[in-house]
Amino acid sequence: MTVDVTTPTAPVFDTAAVKAQFPLLRRTIDGAPLHYLDSANTSQKPRCVIDAMTRFTETSYAPINRSAYRLAAEATDAYEAARANVARFVNARHPDEIVFTKNATEALNIVAQAWGRANLGPGDVVVLTHMEHHANVVPWHIIAAERGIELRWIPLTEDGRLDLTTLPQLLDGAKVLSFAAMSNVLGTLNPVTELCAAAHDVGALAVVDACQYVPHNVTDLQAWGADFAAFSSHKMCGPSGIGALWGRAELLDATPPFLGGGNMISDVRLDGFTPAPVPAKFEAGTPPISQAIGFGAAVDFMSALGMDAVRAHEVEITEYALTTLQDRYGDDITIHGPTDMADRGGVLSFAFRDLHPHDVSQVLDQHNVCIRAGHHCAKPLMRLLGAAATARASFYIYNDRDDVDALADALAGASDIFGL
Amino acid sequence: MPGLEDLYREIILDHYRSPRNRGELPTPPAVVAQGHNPLCGDEITVYLQVDGDTVSDVKVGGQGCSISQSSASMMSQAIKGHSLDEVRALVKRFKGMMSIEDADGDGDEPAGDVSLGDLEALQGVVKFPVRIKCATLAWNTLLEALDQPA
Repeated sequence: MTVDVTTPTAPVFDTAAVKAQFPLLRRTIDGAPLHYLDSANTSQKPRCVIDAMTRFTETSYAPINRSAYRLAAEATDAYEAARANVARFVNARHPDEIVFTKNATEALNIVAQAWGRANLGPGDVVVLTHMEHHANVVPWHIIAAERGIELRWIPLTEDGRLDLTTLPQLLDGAKVLSFAAMSNVLGTLNPVTELCAAAHDVGALAVVDACQYVPHNVTDLQAWGADFAAFSSHKMCGPSGIGALWGRAELLDATPPFLGGGNMISDVRLDGFTPAPVPAKFEAGTPPISQAIGFGAAVDFMSALGMDAVRAHEVEITEYALTTLQDRYGDDITIHGPTDMADRGGVLSFAFRDLHPHDVSQVLDQHNVCIRAGHHCAKPLMRLLGAAATARASFYIYNDRDDVDALADALAGASDIFGL
Repeated sequence: MPGLEDLYREIILDHYRSPRNRGELPTPPAVVAQGHNPLCGDEITVYLQVDGDTVSDVKVGGQGCSISQSSASMMSQAIKGHSLDEVRALVKRFKGMMSIEDADGDGDEPAGDVSLGDLEALQGVVKFPVRIKCATLAWNTLLEALDQPA
């Protein structure tokens, strides 16, 4: 199994200088600094993204694609420029292969429900993995129940990787393989290119939930050989309320619309309608315009940092966290997922002694350490782990060793309270 | 921010470590209800044995954080052997302590002499609003069990 991620030795950027660009991270609570370790959930926003959205809203905001005055043309140009930025960032062939959506969840729903409804019927097989986020599970459940589709699940190994030994059997007769490029719970980086090729070998569609991947790695959609991919803005320093569906142009062309309304039509008659060309076909109604500008500014910001450097930084900080927590707590801490940085990202789910993650998070909050406690929208995986919930710390470009040390120190406080 | 000692009182930790009335009851004659906290995945199952007008036995199953599990444990102790009216009054009083107004808000004072007892220890939860759902999970599940046809 080969993972496509390189672990670069590129010089890591100056984390303090990066962190200084995030106004929220200057905030204190109870007079002490924040340690924001929940970026796999949603990331903080740099000044340049906030400013780009404010500037656009103050000077250029207008409807897009529908009015003839200069201001509206300017807004439309800015919206389309943002699309082109995002397309370049993930190496799409053409900007029109990027559909702006509400989030990655909507993007996956377009695939499952619009493509699926047109292409799947009784007895067809869709293959998913046991580590999927609910966003890549429930849309398929919905269409499976409606159409009588069989869902199959790629199992996991003990150490939280995909167990591909039965992949040929699972893919036998499959119409779709849909999987996460990176697990939001285990941090596992999956072999995307290999899986896309395996899907294509049996004539199945390859769909990639790239939500946890794109913000942290160099993404080359063409090299993956996928058919569809979904990702969001808010996990990569952009605003919430906007995400993207990437699809191969010919597939998007052949897929019927998802939501109907304004903007997505060429013509509407009493007896029917003609949809607009891609991407407008999938962008019904007024889109999140300022958010698109923010999304575009966010990918510029990430590109300037260099995604190789982002990956290198996260490898460094996650390795430090793994070493620190294991040295300090040994068998009292259980890290879920691979511990080798070669095929994992900066997401660290753990169990600490017998403490419930909700209690761990409560105590850490007292020390201004913000982590996620819960099922991470991955209940099938939680059941496999035998846990109702896990505690999860996740790292990003603005996190440093101080944040890791604060996490490790605060865990000691949890032991004290519960007398463990 | 209020201190954690307001939340994690000793009696709460005691009920968390040694939960009372854990287990199951045969259904029927007992009724059962399941509650989930979708936020954190906590689960509570409440088994109620009602004889005439009295909750003659109660068992609790499930898993979750210290607040949800200790609240369920203390609740089971508080309701066992009490009349249905008293149990409903206790639910109302507990939710009141959690700053949750009764939906039907008829203003009636709770019937009977119900005491919160150990449950008073949970009043610190109000200072941690995120955790109120943890504390009330068992109680909402109890209400569902009370509404089950025997």
